Amino acid sequence: MEKLYDLLLQDIRFEEGLNACMNCGVCTAICPAAEFYNYDPREIVDTIQSKDEEKIEALLRSETIWYCGQCMSCKTRCPRGNTPAMVIMALRTLSQKLGYFTDSEKGLQQFALKRTIGENILKYGYCAATYIVNPELHPEQGPIWKYMIDNIDDVMERLGANLHKPGAGALRRISDEALSELKSIFDVTGANDFYSEIEKHSEKKAHELGFDYQKEGINNEFFNHIFKFNSNNHSN
Amino acid sequence: MREEGKKQIWKDYQKEIADDHFFYVRSCIRQSFFPGSETAFINILREELGKDIYEHPDHTTCTGIGYHSDLVPFETIMTVVARHFALAKEAGYKNFAISCVTSFGIYSEIIETWKHFPETLEKTRENLYKATKREFDIPENIAHASDIIYKFRNEIAQRAKIKLINIKTGEPLNIVEHIGCHYSKMFPKYGQGGAEFPEVLAGMIDAWGGKVVDYPERRHCCGFGFRQYLVQANRGYSVANSKKKFDSMEPYKPDFILANCPGCSMFMDKWQYTISEMEGKTYAENQQGIPVLTYEELAGLVMGYNPWDLGLQYHQIQSEPLLRKLGIEFSVEDKYKTKDGRQMPIPECPANINF
Repeated sequence: MEKLYDLLLQDIRFEEGLNACMNCGVCTAICPAAEFYNYDPREIVDTIQSKDEEKIEALLRSETIWYCGQCMSCKTRCPRGNTPAMVIMALRTLSQKLGYFTDSEKGLQQFALKRTIGENILKYGYCAATYIVNPELHPEQGPIWKYMIDNIDDVMERLGANLHKPGAGALRRISDEALSELKSIFDVTGANDFYSEIEKHSEKKAHELGFDYQKEGINNEFFNHIFKFNSNNHSN
Repeated sequence: MREEGKKQIWKDYQKEIADDHFFYVRSCIRQSFFPGSETAFINILREELGKDIYEHPDHTTCTGIGYHSDLVPFETIMTVVARHFALAKEAGYKNFAISCVTSFGIYSEIIETWKHFPETLEKTRENLYKATKREFDIPENIAHASDIIYKFRNEIAQRAKIKLINIKTGEPLNIVEHIGCHYSKMFPKYGQGGAEFPEVLAGMIDAWGGKVVDYPERRHCCGFGFRQYLVQANRGYSVANSKKKFDSMEPYKPDFILANCPGCSMFMDKWQYTISEMEGKTYAENQQGIPVLTYEELAGLVMGYNPWDLGLQYHQIQSEPLLRKLGIEFSVEDKYKTKDGRQMPIPECPANINF
């Protein structure tokens, strides 16, 4: 196998996101994730630029790389013009390609994200839509959200949406032709293969953890476990 | 510093915003949580300002939430966005009006990538043609929808039915703004005022008579964090970051929060409810919470639109105290009625928020 560092270099976001880091730590100072989690983007970048393969592999299998919230505040502040958050994207992509992501509690959550956001894109043409945001999985949305879902047709009509209907407008039904083009783009550019890899490695992990692996859907114990389980070993 | 010097420096923080003929791309989040805002934006442009704005029914998600959740490869999102550019080209449009800050950041990132790595542009052209037989041009102008409202803020002020002042005291309202990280933290030159002096919302507030209130955590992330919210186990990250902002702004007694990004607008509204349930803490006087408005909702209110057609009743933090401060007349009976006037049920009142 090629060296991990060389694999990272093949990701344009890594090439663009990391020039020589001088370890000033401004990224960590401004980082919302560093304040909440046991997370230090300066340390991650410094580990990578050491080109130490063992340490990079440990990172790819770690919880750490999944703590970033992608706010990109580090991009604005880095005096060298680096973007640790884009380096994180390259690390996360490689971790999934190699199947290392299932070694960590936070990494394994990619399975839950794939089954929700990932599949919404190809099913509805949207990452999210009102009718997909189930109040039972989103109690933080409050009683007004449950009300909107319960009365969705009347609410959306009053606010000028075009719910589930063809033509332009908010929440319109995306045509079969447009969905087919999206799927074709996913095929041509490797997204569907990437999804399959997430499923393949997650299935293996499900068996290791003693869960039944269901090929589809979110109404199963494995999904629920991943979606809700927090070991609480992540914060400072 | 001399005035000319200041103007010269400020030029570096200005962006060009197209004047007319917009290709409108909706937002997954804004259309789901604030559909009335997107309706108002189109109405303001078409009916009030006389602009041409077109929406293609086959426009899909940009897949940005999937991209920042590390599911959608970069090659894929570049090709999906290229398809949007192809739809605009086919319809004869060169200026994009983007409803979502995440999408806006994505479009900016992709165009910059194509400039710095031309081979990625060629590969994207190949991918798109192979997948869809479509061809595209890079748009001439990329604007977030708020940029366009900002550009026409003075024209809106001329048509204003109200000013952002407290009618009882005559004083300007105290308004905090939140522009959303992906508007200009990644590519400052794409944002009005850059990352250091974001002006897009502050300019609206100034033009419409309000007072922009600075506070320590003004530029802190709302806490969405993509996977940090989308997976239930991680939501502590998300609410903790919003709480940090609320705690920071509370001493300045804001009359409302004005938000740029649809996700930020939703989180800053809903997390106030969550914090009230978790800790019994409700922000603002009389335990009513701090209302959060989108820029379209604010522009609509300023121009005299019915608050219930804008959808303010579907925020968790209710807006009546703010409407009264502004002297906006509203019908209590009309609040929960259908488009054709049928009475709808009344929503449940949260335990710790005066609803």
